[in-house]
Amino acid sequence: MKAELRIKNHPILEFKKEKILKFKFEEKDYEGYEGETIAVALHASGVKVLGRSEVKNRPRGFYCAIGNCSSCLMIVNGEPNVRTCVVQLEEGMKIERQEGKGELLWKL
Amino acid sequence: METVELLIIGAGPAGLCAAISAVSSGAKVMLVDRNDTLGGQLIKQTHMFFGSEKQYAATRGTDITKILLAEIEKYKENIKIYKNTTALGMYEDGVVTLARNDKYIKVKPKAIIVATGASEKVLAFPNNDLPGIYGAGAVQTLMNVYGVKPGNKVLMVGAGNIGLIVSYQLMQAGVKVEAIIDAAPEIGGYLVHASKIRRLGVPIYTSHIVKEAIGLDYLEKAVLIEVDEKWQKVRGTEKEIDVDVMCISVGLTPLTELLMQKGCEVKYVPELGGLVPTRNENYETSIDNIFVAGDVSGVEEASAAMVEGYLAGLCAADKIGFRHDDFKKLKKDYIEQLHSLRAGPESDKIRGGIAKIERRAQDV
Amino acid sequence: MFESTGVATREMVMKTFPTKERLEKGSVAVIECYKEIPCNPCATACRQDAIKTFVDINDLPTLDHERCNGCTLCMVNCPGLAIVVVDKNYTGEDALFKIPFEFKPLPLEGDIVRGLNRAGEHICDVEVVKIQNPKSFDQTAILSLLVKKEYLYDFITIEVGVK
Repeated sequence: MKAELRIKNHPILEFKKEKILKFKFEEKDYEGYEGETIAVALHASGVKVLGRSEVKNRPRGFYCAIGNCSSCLMIVNGEPNVRTCVVQLEEGMKIERQEGKGELLWKL
Repeated sequence: METVELLIIGAGPAGLCAAISAVSSGAKVMLVDRNDTLGGQLIKQTHMFFGSEKQYAATRGTDITKILLAEIEKYKENIKIYKNTTALGMYEDGVVTLARNDKYIKVKPKAIIVATGASEKVLAFPNNDLPGIYGAGAVQTLMNVYGVKPGNKVLMVGAGNIGLIVSYQLMQAGVKVEAIIDAAPEIGGYLVHASKIRRLGVPIYTSHIVKEAIGLDYLEKAVLIEVDEKWQKVRGTEKEIDVDVMCISVGLTPLTELLMQKGCEVKYVPELGGLVPTRNENYETSIDNIFVAGDVSGVEEASAAMVEGYLAGLCAADKIGFRHDDFKKLKKDYIEQLHSLRAGPESDKIRGGIAKIERRAQDV
Repeated sequence: MFESTGVATREMVMKTFPTKERLEKGSVAVIECYKEIPCNPCATACRQDAIKTFVDINDLPTLDHERCNGCTLCMVNCPGLAIVVVDKNYTGEDALFKIPFEFKPLPLEGDIVRGLNRAGEHICDVEVVKIQNPKSFDQTAILSLLVKKEYLYDFITIEVGVK
């Protein structure tokens, strides 16, 4: 976890960071805190590229961080199109970058 | 199907105030929000608010949230709060569909207040999709909700109130703001905000735009260029600056999708952020018993959103048979508060925009 | 100019400052609120009736310097952080500035820190003589600073440690 992005001393706010959660991103071990979203935990760990666009394979990061814009869609525990900016991190999650639209787990 | 007297969609400043107002009038309220915390964008506002005491002036946005939630708590028997609940659709037969924790719910309210807020606009320039380029609200979320810096060196694009306030908040979080730019020749936000950033050494470049962003997988540099009075780029004025974050703060646009699906009349009013519903002075749209409040009815400051919420909650409750004992007095007060918030020279545009969407009084 | 830079001109500053005679008499607030916005906490906070009650919430504050005793109440209530309090004759050489400050880490009493003008330029070094940060100030600390009198109309704040 890159310490320098976490705010240690804020004039107005206090941040409670208590429980550490372990998760995997692209099969490597990462850590974040309980109560934060997947995108936030990745960002704090220095991960900026969350996926690639469908047609031109452009790198994608989050943009709005409130679940509006779909720029942060990733594959979480095998499920594609998860809005990682609003979905909370959980212990043991397996997170992968999504390329393009992703494939649904179920078939018609 | 759940029966509901009044459904309020969105629990930001407008929705919370609408709920308080309606429930204190005697109505039973269902308040839904797609997030797992109430307060909307208020919970990210660490600065003291403007306005007067009635709009919680000189109180920080974060603390206003606490005040409103404490008020809501007093009426909890009559307010059903559904967090993590997204309103999916509003249909002809009056049914509203909701998704709550992957469950599908249908409700049929007697009246609805739509307080869905607004979303951030994006800006067109080459490589505007690079990671590292974020909406100003996203940066606030990261810093002020989760305690994580967006990066180390920031270019703020947009010198309106949000751009200026977020720049100050970035500095409070220990992040260097390299510059604030705006395409307009003058600073759009309150000058007290501009002065408090400027005196800390952050340059503000007016008449400047982003020519392009540079970076392979994420933002590494930004190229700025001056524009003339006709908004044309002035050749040879490029400035390259090393930044790992670009924060886009070029305005908001109302989230009116639900209203449009329902068939409420909307008009394109740039002064208010884009497509906005027409409404009467009670904040009721062109469709009976569908009310609006807050940024969805036109993008303004949060102080106005709260008063709009109180007014819409009061009037929506009245419409379905719950008239507050002090209805007339309160309504007059809320209308006067809105009037005075919008009376100054900084609100010229807002007043012009509202003149285009306000349908003249029916019953007062 | 001010509208595109956010930096008040010397002329604007001089107009806002109390008269030389008033400055001789001790602590007084300087309110740098130059544009009408819907905001009135300074007027409601004032206990001396020095800031005229607003007729319209968009009014600019008008401060009666004779009534003002420099109590700092308006300063901690100003959402724009646009108010400082000046005691020109605090010592023979130095004025005492009280400024609102919302950054961490706070300096320590006795520290020498970099003084800035309204454009953020380093103009002088100033000594921190007192820090007040009680709960009632709601995280807006008040720093009391010794500033050489020659910088009376130029000094406005101190540098914060964002590198």
